[in-house]
Amino acid sequence: MVVISDIFVQLGQMALVLLLAPLLTGVVRKIKARLLRRRGPSIFQPYRDLLRLLRKEVVLAENASWLFRVTPYVTFAAIWVAAALVPTFASGLEFNWSADLIAIVALLGSARFFLALAGMDVGTSFGGIGSSREVMIAALAEPAMLLMVFCVALIAGSTQLSTVATFMASSEVGLRVSLGMAMIALIMVALAENARIPVDNPATHLELTMVHEAMILEYSGRHLAMIEFGAFLKLLLYVSLIICVFFPWQITTEGAGPLSYLVSVAAYIFKLAVASLLLAVFETATAKMRVFRVPEFLGAALMLGLLGTLLRFVSRGF
Amino acid sequence: MIPAVAQQIWCVAALLGTTALAIASSRSRRSTALVYGATFAISLVALAGALFSLIARTGATELTLPIGLPWLGSHFRLDALAAFFLVVVNLGAAAASLYGLGYGSHESMPQRILPFFPAFLAGMNLVVLADDAFTYLLCWEFMSLASWALVMAHHREPDNARAGYVYLVMASFGTLALLLAFGLLSGAGGGYGFAAIRSAQHTPSEAALVLALMLLGAGSKAGLVPLHVWLPLAHPAAPSHVSALMSGVMTKVAIYGFIRVVFDLLGPPSWSAGVVVLILGGATAVIGILYALMENDLKRLLAYSTIENIGVIFTSLGLALAFQANGFGLAAALAFTASLFHVLNHSFFKSLLFFGAGAVLTSTGERDMEKLGGLIHRMPLTSFVFLVGCVAISALPPFNGFVSEWLIFQAVLQSPDLPQWVLKIMVPAVGALLALAAALAAACFVKAFGITFLGRARSPAAEAAGEVDRYSLAAMFSLAALCFLAGILPGLVIDALSPVAQAVIGHRMPVQANDAWLSIVPIEESRSSYNGLLVFAFITAAASLAVYFIHRFASRAIRRGPAWGCGFADPTPAAQYSGASFVQPIRRVFGTLVFQAREHVDMPAPGDLRPARFKVDMHDLVWERLYTPLTEAVWFLADRLNQLQFLTIRRYLSLVFATLVTLLLVLAIWS
Repeated sequence: MVVISDIFVQLGQMALVLLLAPLLTGVVRKIKARLLRRRGPSIFQPYRDLLRLLRKEVVLAENASWLFRVTPYVTFAAIWVAAALVPTFASGLEFNWSADLIAIVALLGSARFFLALAGMDVGTSFGGIGSSREVMIAALAEPAMLLMVFCVALIAGSTQLSTVATFMASSEVGLRVSLGMAMIALIMVALAENARIPVDNPATHLELTMVHEAMILEYSGRHLAMIEFGAFLKLLLYVSLIICVFFPWQITTEGAGPLSYLVSVAAYIFKLAVASLLLAVFETATAKMRVFRVPEFLGAALMLGLLGTLLRFVSRGF
Repeated sequence: MIPAVAQQIWCVAALLGTTALAIASSRSRRSTALVYGATFAISLVALAGALFSLIARTGATELTLPIGLPWLGSHFRLDALAAFFLVVVNLGAAAASLYGLGYGSHESMPQRILPFFPAFLAGMNLVVLADDAFTYLLCWEFMSLASWALVMAHHREPDNARAGYVYLVMASFGTLALLLAFGLLSGAGGGYGFAAIRSAQHTPSEAALVLALMLLGAGSKAGLVPLHVWLPLAHPAAPSHVSALMSGVMTKVAIYGFIRVVFDLLGPPSWSAGVVVLILGGATAVIGILYALMENDLKRLLAYSTIENIGVIFTSLGLALAFQANGFGLAAALAFTASLFHVLNHSFFKSLLFFGAGAVLTSTGERDMEKLGGLIHRMPLTSFVFLVGCVAISALPPFNGFVSEWLIFQAVLQSPDLPQWVLKIMVPAVGALLALAAALAAACFVKAFGITFLGRARSPAAEAAGEVDRYSLAAMFSLAALCFLAGILPGLVIDALSPVAQAVIGHRMPVQANDAWLSIVPIEESRSSYNGLLVFAFITAAASLAVYFIHRFASRAIRRGPAWGCGFADPTPAAQYSGASFVQPIRRVFGTLVFQAREHVDMPAPGDLRPARFKVDMHDLVWERLYTPLTEAVWFLADRLNQLQFLTIRRYLSLVFATLVTLLLVLAIWS
């Protein structure tokens, strides 16, 4: 019985992230538009974009290989699996133990690996520039992310996200300096990984300033839809990760009744709304930085992660 | 029933017999097939024997042959640690032999390779089996010389002679360090047998000195920075299947030597040993992969990446030492198992990648990535397995490289329990270095695969490439399958490694076979667990689901057209991103410090018709700061000492007399 309900929760979670991901992006875009005193497209526009792209035929470059055609599905699948393993509203996911936080980071790494390769497949210079910058950013973001993971794992005594969430939801944690540093580090990494301002501009179409968009320049139709969907999911994943690790209030832990699921889903959606508001305000208030300022930005994230970890050693109280 | 160690010795004898056969049949056209066929069969037999004694836990078996030193004989012993490394050696050897069956037929001068190939295999087997210092050093030197001969196989090619020379110097230096280390270990009594060394007491200063000498001796063979300089010269110079053996297997034999002496013979370690090994390992990992990133020669890139992986293995061994010294048996077993797992993994994917590089080399005659490109269309099978190797070595799930990397991170997370502050603070920092190395490795292999196999062909040779022969493909596909299997069924590997950890560390990781769904749980389930099989199943299911729904309900139409490229039709393939431009951002971030890289742009004034020029200055600081002064000092001394060659006989006699008196004085004062 418990197993069945757990599997149900797991499937529900997989469907939920899939349903909510375009909405989150739509809401962020809407708020950004409102902040700029534009009316902006409807918050459901990303769904329409996806449907439109899915219906269109694919225009494939002449020398595109099988890798180019497989990549959209591989990246989408890897990100979806990673997103499905981050507890959103319930901590006791059935398959949570199959990949811990380190494995989730690595799954996103797999997705990026293939996307970077696909950028180089057609052999245009734009794809190359995108891939090369993407791997540079990743090379800096991944260590920062892992230090954040170390910091959190040392406090919670586990790299299992469900255990971490349960631990953080318990009242004994309180405010800690190292957790604060880890949170800032994670947010900085999340901005970089999701190609948000100040690292990359998701709305730009000026080739030389963009990273992610340059890499996927040759994609069209359903392939592009898959990649866009993957990007939506990735944003949702990082927001959920921040929520699950640092703000797991009202998350349903094991053995709770059906009503608590409703409460926790509502709480989760509320937290997403707050996060999208904060993201939109931050993005509107900041300017994009030059590509070679990004290492400094991510270096700061790395240092914060390391400091958080070390502080954790210096005193158990922090 | 002959004991397991005797079986292995028979296999070695058969390998040496194959060497004789290769010399005898060197005029025959069949000799290539004959020799590689024989080594393939022998390696499989040896592999089966080693695997059996590892998994069936037959216990240690010993053998003494009446050769070598007259009062000592040659001792051989097969215990769990040796059995594991024999598995690594013979698996690599079998794959390389299979590959050689096809690759060797393109060889212009097979008689320069065939006799030394089985001898090299025999040497590696013997080093692992040796059970006394004399036999060990003899076999070590035999292995070095055989591999040197293979490096020099194409000695007329530019740079190869230099590579061979540097290799010879470094190998001699390494053996000298090992000689001194074993001299210290055996003590004045001369107990050269490993059993005697193991039971002897070693003072802390002795142990520290032995550790330093082992780091010099085994470290130079394995490629620890800054002793790595010979490796990127020598490994690529050899024929590709030998490169695979040198990178994938011989470096592991060096690691075996390090483990044997430091973990087994030296007795309980001190925690400061862990600190030294950790620092060296972390630095080696990052510097190695940065060198690899800057490299545009495919085989040299792979050789530099070997240095990175050796760094990862040493880091993990350093963790094991630190935990062992503090009596944390379980954590030590975890770190030790992780390093052995990485040894195995690296032998899989590095051999695979060198085979792939060899396939590219046979098919196009090019090692320079800037002249390749687009091979995915013309070598589809090779590019597929090469991609598998790239994903595996970049530590990405669900392949094997990720599992060992994950285990190492789990070991890093055990560090708060350590009592020493140095370790407490250093271990997470080294963990960050490992994460950096892993991320850079992914960047490096995006470059290696992307520039070599993707895009458009950058030269006519790459345009005319074709798929390689079946033997080479069979070897590559079996290694790729192993990468995949070890990635999705890591529990089986960890359980197979447990007798080694039990024998060396005294503890083992928990039994993994009973865990639900074949997941791996290093400490306990609430702390961390990983299931490669499920992750793979989920990804496959999710991707198939997406493909099915889209092709069923949405569009499946495809139109081929010219590349979009924002409307700029790239005129020539030379306008593509090149290997050098791909790493430019990383060079700007890390290279200004590590390589003192400087970019010079020479832009002509408006109206001037000369072309603009862009130049990058990079320095190999290890060569310039360490080896160049060293060689200059040696030259200087040699020049000065040269005068000694032209003395009269009276002076020689007085010199001899003075030396004798001095030595006797030293002896008198010493004792």
